[in-house]
Amino acid sequence: MTYKTDLSRVQGLGRAGEGVHHFWTQRLTSVALVPLTVLFLIPFGRALGGGHEALVATYGQFGHALTAILFIAVACWHFAIGIQVVIEDYVHGATKVALIVLAKLFSAVLGAAGVLAVATLLF
Amino acid sequence: MADVNRGNRPLSPHLQVYRLPLVANISILTRITGIAMMAGGVLIVWWFVAGAYSPEYFAVADGLLSSWFGKVVLIGSLWALWFHFANGIRHFFWDFGKGFELPTVARTNWLVIGASVVLTVLTLLLV
Repeated sequence: MTYKTDLSRVQGLGRAGEGVHHFWTQRLTSVALVPLTVLFLIPFGRALGGGHEALVATYGQFGHALTAILFIAVACWHFAIGIQVVIEDYVHGATKVALIVLAKLFSAVLGAAGVLAVATLLF
Repeated sequence: MADVNRGNRPLSPHLQVYRLPLVANISILTRITGIAMMAGGVLIVWWFVAGAYSPEYFAVADGLLSSWFGKVVLIGSLWALWFHFANGIRHFFWDFGKGFELPTVARTNWLVIGASVVLTVLTLLLV
């Protein structure tokens, strides 16, 4: 038996002060990833297995480098907020916080490394 | 005041006794594919980083991604990507309140599964 009122039970569990921002960012990044996925996969698939010459020939082109950078950055962003929802659904307490921080760090490092590497290939 | 014991009631064993419909399994698989395709994601970023580092190091990465092990991971991730992509497109329609009728869902279930396979094969053939 609990003597808490309905209000006190839900207080502090609400919209976390950011409204639909998380949901909206998830949708926006997924819309952006529709064309970016296609634009990334075609040159990547052709350069794969072709050695360093094929890599430089592909990503030395501004357009291919730009779509690769956008794809990597947006995909890592989409992954970071997507895996956050999965963790929030299945893990609770301090473990939840630790896992979300780790997942976001992982996404940030992976995204930064990918963007920096493609930029290096262009210049 | 409303029922103050609301948070303390026993739960019915709904998940244990309920056979999940196809649409629910696809939903779960969309989460799993979203996470699993990162196996390919990590390999691809490593491939780029190796390429930026030196041609010798890139030969190692390019060789590994082209090996049978690399192909298994990349083709698996590619299918995961297209599955996640296809069900994501269905979610766009759901976000606008369209396609919730059960016969429609039963049809789009197989559309998502079929599209993921067709897009994977197409990518492998054309790219």
